Amino acid sequence: MPIVSTQRMDLEAGSLPTHRLLTVNGEREPSEELDPYITDVDEAKLADFLRDMMVLRRMDTEATALQRQGELGLWAPLLGQEAAQIGSVRATREDDFIFPSYREHGVAWARGVKAEDLLSVWRGVTPSGWDPNEVNIACQQIVIGSQALHAAGYAMGIKFDGGTQISLGYFGDGATSQGDVNEAMVFAASYQAPVLFFCQNNQWAISEPVSLQARTQLADRAAGFGLKAWRVDGNDVLAVHAVTRAALEHVRAGQGPAFVEAVTYRMGPHTTADDPTRYRSEQELESWRAKDPIDRLTKHLESLGADVQKYLSRGETAADELAAALRQAITTMPDPQPTALFAHVYAEPHEALAQAEHDYLQYLEGFDTGESK
Amino acid sequence: MSRTTMIKALNTALRDAMVHDEKVVLLGEDIGTLGGVFRVTSELKKEFGAQRVVDTPLAESGIVGTAVGLAYRGFRPVVEIQFDGFTYPAFDQLVSQVAKLHYRSRGRVKMPITVRIPYGGGIGSPEHHSESPEAYFAHTAGLRVFAPSSVQDSYTMLRQAIACDDPVIFFEPKRRYHESAEITTGQVPEGVVKAQVIRSGDDVTVIGYGPTVYTLNEAALAAEDEGISLEIIDLRSLDPLDIETLADSVKHTGKVVIVHEAGPTAGLGAEIATQITEHCFDYLEHAPVRVTGFDIPYPPSRLEKFHLPDLDRILTGVDVVLRRSESAHQVGAR
Repeated sequence: MPIVSTQRMDLEAGSLPTHRLLTVNGEREPSEELDPYITDVDEAKLADFLRDMMVLRRMDTEATALQRQGELGLWAPLLGQEAAQIGSVRATREDDFIFPSYREHGVAWARGVKAEDLLSVWRGVTPSGWDPNEVNIACQQIVIGSQALHAAGYAMGIKFDGGTQISLGYFGDGATSQGDVNEAMVFAASYQAPVLFFCQNNQWAISEPVSLQARTQLADRAAGFGLKAWRVDGNDVLAVHAVTRAALEHVRAGQGPAFVEAVTYRMGPHTTADDPTRYRSEQELESWRAKDPIDRLTKHLESLGADVQKYLSRGETAADELAAALRQAITTMPDPQPTALFAHVYAEPHEALAQAEHDYLQYLEGFDTGESK
Repeated sequence: MSRTTMIKALNTALRDAMVHDEKVVLLGEDIGTLGGVFRVTSELKKEFGAQRVVDTPLAESGIVGTAVGLAYRGFRPVVEIQFDGFTYPAFDQLVSQVAKLHYRSRGRVKMPITVRIPYGGGIGSPEHHSESPEAYFAHTAGLRVFAPSSVQDSYTMLRQAIACDDPVIFFEPKRRYHESAEITTGQVPEGVVKAQVIRSGDDVTVIGYGPTVYTLNEAALAAEDEGISLEIIDLRSLDPLDIETLADSVKHTGKVVIVHEAGPTAGLGAEIATQITEHCFDYLEHAPVRVTGFDIPYPPSRLEKFHLPDLDRILTGVDVVLRRSESAHQVGAR
C-alpha cells in the first residue's frame, strides 16, 4: 500500500454539503438556502458573468502564449478556475479589501486592475503592477499562505477602527497546510475579525494532490477554529456567487469570520514551467473538462431561452479586444531603468543605499560613448 | 528630568507614542493584562484598552503577519516578541513581507512596524532566551535595525522607531533592563539615528552596541588606570550603519576593536571591520579585532560567562591592537 493515497476525494464526501445551483448540463437546481441570495441575478447578469469568464480565459491563454513566445518570464494559469474567481469577487463590495495569491488574476482584473499591469509583474519589469489602495486589492502573494495573516490583520484593523468593510484572503488547497493559514484562522476567530477566507481547492499543489494536504474536506477544518464554513462547486458561477454572498453577509453581520471552499480544478500547469503530464492522467482532465464553468453557464442560458449566440459573440469581441490590446502593451513595454533597482527599498532616506545607487550610476555612465542609443 | 529604569523608559516611550498617534497599536503575548513578562507594557492596556494593547495568541508568525495587515489598514503596529529566540517562527513574515512590501508595492504600501525584541544573554536563562539574532535582520534590505544601550536611548530610539515609516527591528538589551538614569522624555529627534562617541579617547576605538556598551565603559575606566585611552562608540543603529562616525574615530586612533555577543562569522563585526578597512586602510596600524561570542549555539547559563565578551577579553582585544599581546585567538578575538 502506498504511504500517501492519491485517491481523488469525492466531491460530495465530508460533513458539509457541496452547494450547486447549476448541473453540469446547465440545469438549475433549486436551493432553499441559497436562492434568496441571487434573486437579482437575471439573464443580463448571467450574461455578464459569461462575458467576464470568457474575457478572463482569453487573458489567461494570451498570457500563456506570451510566455511561450518569451515575452513573459513565467505565468501561473488560472484556466478552469474562472467561475470560482468571478463568482466570488463579483459578490464583494468595492471597499472590501482583498489579499490574493499569485493565481488570482481574475479577482484582480474584476477589481479594475488592467491586464497589462497584471502581466507586467510576470514580464519582470516591476514587483507589482498596481496601487493596492486604489483598487482595494493587495499585491499578489507568492509565498504560500502568507497573505491569509495579512487578511486577518486587516480585518482586526477594521474591527479596531469601526469600519464596515470585510477583508478577504484568497488561497489554494496547498496553502491550507501552511502554519500561516492556520494561524490566520486562530487570530480571526480570537478577535471575531470580519474576514472571509476563500480557498480555491483546485486539486493540485504543483504535483501534490489535495489528499496529501488533508484527509478531511478542507472546509471541515474551519469548524475546528470556530469559523462558519461553506463548500461550493467552484465551477458553478451562480453557486459560487450565492455562497460568497451568504458568507459575506454572515461576516458583515458581525457573526464572525468565515471560510469558503470552492471545489474546482486547475486545468493547466501550475505555471508555464510545469509539466502536469508527469503526475496526472488525461482521463482525470477529461472528467473535469465536462464540468467546464463557461460551458455550464452557456447551457444554462440556452435553457432559459436566451439568445446565447449574441452573448457568446459579445464575449468573444470583448476577449479579442482585450487580447489584442494586451499583446500590444506587453510587447512594447519598455524595460525599467537601473535606477528602479534602488527605488522604494526604504520609505525614508538610507545613506548607504543612496551611495550605492550613486556609485553604480556613475559606473554605468563610464560606458556612455556619447553615441545615440 | 527624572530617574527611571530602562523598563520604565520603554514603557513611557510606548505610552507617549500612543498618545501622540492613535494609530499606534501594540501586539504581543502577555503584553496586556500582565504588562509583558518584563513589564515593559505595564498598565498600558488599562489606559488604552484591549484594542490598542492586544494580547495575542501564541503564534509569532501570526503576530507579525497580522501586524502587516494592520499596516495595510493604516495602523502603526508595535510588536513585542517575548524573547529573541522566539523570533524565528516569524522569520518569513519579517524577511519576505515586512521588509519587502514597500519595495514590492513600489512605495504605495508603507510598513511602519516596530518589532521589539528583548535580546542578548547574561540573565541565566535556558535555551532560546539569550540570543543575538541582529545580523539576520541587518542583512535584510528593507529593515532598519536599532539597538539602544542606555536608558535615555531606550526612550528616544523607541520613539524614533515608532515614528519611522520603515519597519524597525528594535533590540532591547534585556540584561540592562534594570539600569536606571535621569532621562528627558517628550522629544523625538528627526532624521537618521547615528552612532555616538560616548567617551573620547586617543589610543584605540572600541565599538559596541546594546548590552556590551556597559562593559565597554568599564573597560575604558580599567584601561585608563594603565594609561590607555579608549574611544568608545555606541553604534545605536546597526542598519543603516553610520560608517562616517566610525571612520572618523579610527582615522584618529588607527586601531579598532569591535565587540558583540553574537558569534563572529558573518556578524555585524565582520561588516564593520570590512567597512572600516575600506574607509581607513591607510590609517590602520593593526587589523581590526573582533571580541565576540563564539560560533556556537547559545550555551547553558552556567557556561555563558565564558561565552560573553567580558572586561578581560575586551581589554585583551585592546592589547592585541596595541601589539601588547599576541593572544587574539585565545580570547575569541580574531
